[in-house]
Amino acid sequence: MAKVTLQNVSKNFGQVKAVCNFSLEVEDREFLVLLGPSGCGKSTTLRMIAGLEELTEGDIFIGNELVNDLPPRDRKIAMVFQDYALYPHMTVYQNMAFGLKLAKHPKAEIDQRVREAAEILGIQELLARKPRELSGGQRQRVAVGRAIVRKPSVFLFDEPLSNLDAKLRGQMRVELSKLHHTLRTTIVYVTHDQVEAMTMGTKIVVMKDGFIQQVGEPMEIYRYPVNRFVGGFIGSPGMNFVPARIAAGEAGLRLDAGSFELPIPPEKNTFLESRVGQDLILGLRPEHIEDRAFAEKGVFSGVITAKVEVVETLGAEVQLDVTTGEQTLVARVDPRTRARRQESIELAVEMDKIHIFEQEPPHSRIKTE
Amino acid sequence: MTGSLAARQKRKVRLSYLALVPFLVFFLFPLYWMLITSFKTDHEITSLKGIPLLIQSAPTLAHYKMILFQTEFVTWFWNSLVIAVVVTVLTMVISILAAYAISRLTFLGSRYFGVGVFCTYLVPPALLFIPFYKVVGILGLLNTKWCLLFLYPTLTVPFCTWILIGYFAAIPRALDEAAFVDGATYIQMLTKVFLPVASPGLIAATMFAFTVSWAQFLYPLAYIYKTSQMMLTNGIYTTLIRGDVYFWGELMGGALLASVPVVVLFAFLMDYYVAGLTRGTIR
Repeated sequence: MAKVTLQNVSKNFGQVKAVCNFSLEVEDREFLVLLGPSGCGKSTTLRMIAGLEELTEGDIFIGNELVNDLPPRDRKIAMVFQDYALYPHMTVYQNMAFGLKLAKHPKAEIDQRVREAAEILGIQELLARKPRELSGGQRQRVAVGRAIVRKPSVFLFDEPLSNLDAKLRGQMRVELSKLHHTLRTTIVYVTHDQVEAMTMGTKIVVMKDGFIQQVGEPMEIYRYPVNRFVGGFIGSPGMNFVPARIAAGEAGLRLDAGSFELPIPPEKNTFLESRVGQDLILGLRPEHIEDRAFAEKGVFSGVITAKVEVVETLGAEVQLDVTTGEQTLVARVDPRTRARRQESIELAVEMDKIHIFEQEPPHSRIKTE
Repeated sequence: MTGSLAARQKRKVRLSYLALVPFLVFFLFPLYWMLITSFKTDHEITSLKGIPLLIQSAPTLAHYKMILFQTEFVTWFWNSLVIAVVVTVLTMVISILAAYAISRLTFLGSRYFGVGVFCTYLVPPALLFIPFYKVVGILGLLNTKWCLLFLYPTLTVPFCTWILIGYFAAIPRALDEAAFVDGATYIQMLTKVFLPVASPGLIAATMFAFTVSWAQFLYPLAYIYKTSQMMLTNGIYTTLIRGDVYFWGELMGGALLASVPVVVLFAFLMDYYVAGLTRGTIR
């Protein structure tokens, strides 16, 4: 196993800058997730690590070896593609054995490795089948198996779950996490799904327009997003953003959003005193907004009166779309709520979990802790 | 309900087959005519009496004996086979490498190169055989069958390249990349992954190249006069049509025998062609 180091890596496609000055160190045995919307450069970065794209600038090291000019086969990597890229004319066994045959491993060793990998993935009975005879989940396992048998230093995954249905995706997330623990290997995983990133990654790199926005552990990024983009990208449903201004009053500082006001907790005052009168952006996660009837006292201190537009019952919780003045907010509330469409509701806000961002781009988060 | 659905399906299938009968008659009738004519006596062929669609007097092998033992039919057959096979192999090697480069590798003008390749196919052979005569003369290959190894690829390579560009472009690039990551070189990726997946296209191109080479008439007629160097097409034509005398029985027999390799090739390759189409490229 090995660490992967990217130093000032850039990639241009003509005039388009797909990846800009990307520097990162992936520790040995880390499960690193490259997360971002389509076109942010995450797949391009992965492909540069794999050797499928040439670098415009910068260096990539796998272990201590500079790999810029090495072809994929010499980089000790294995890759699982978004559409699996199984060889349709070969059986599952042949697909998994292909790389080892090319490397001229002995037949007995190939057979042992293929069967071991098949057992780990639970696909022993599929070895004689062709890819067209497999379901989506089975194909995905075969693609993973093809990577495992090569015992690479680094596994690269390019959105491997994106073609699966929601239920299967959930199952495969668990299996991939288990695999990481079993194989104790370095993984670089690309996805646009923040649920995958949060549940599987030990470290997340959030990207936008070719640039790194934030690097950190999942909960660190969730709790302390570095800017509005990261705050809005992580979390489902996404964070609510409301233009607001900090006002001073007798009871202390408050956030004036026009259609509602929220008291700022005293511990945040020192960070925001200098911002009184300034136009800012208030960030509220839906899970930090609760039906006031069920809000835990002492935890939820702010109150918003709003009108319910949509009620979505999800079983363990209810998702409300509400309006207050011109603002639309999403809230995840207790399933016992009596919220009804077109009726008024009082929502409580967990004020120590709010986020405040600069109004000017790049909308950096203001530190309040 | 299920029973009536099955019965309806069966009736649909039977009606479909019935609708194919006219096409079958249209395409197979000439072969049938050739077959019965080749076994009729000269007298019956030229006779205006009786039913021409049947052999009414005793069938004869005289025409086949004449073709096989009194003409150089076997030599022409062998010449045609050698030239067609070599041209097909040459064509496939050139076309595969060209089509892969045009469809997969990005180089300046690659997009227009593909169109240019197809445009060369639009030039009629009849316009080219005069300038080609000079070229063949300079090469010292006039009146030999080997000149066709240079001439036939001008007909087969452009179209085969065009067919293959289409097939190759439809194969996901991820397959190539997976092979590279698995440790394949370019040649290994091409031979072990890419070409097997592109087999329907390769078979289609092979069938085209062989058929064109086998059935070509103008170029052998223009450049080859020595009987021992002739192809089946010009050999049969020059030997079995003398002035206004047509040896119909021999002509039909010769044409039937000449069609055998093409029929065998199609019959052999068609299963692989269909299997390749149904296998597809898997996501």
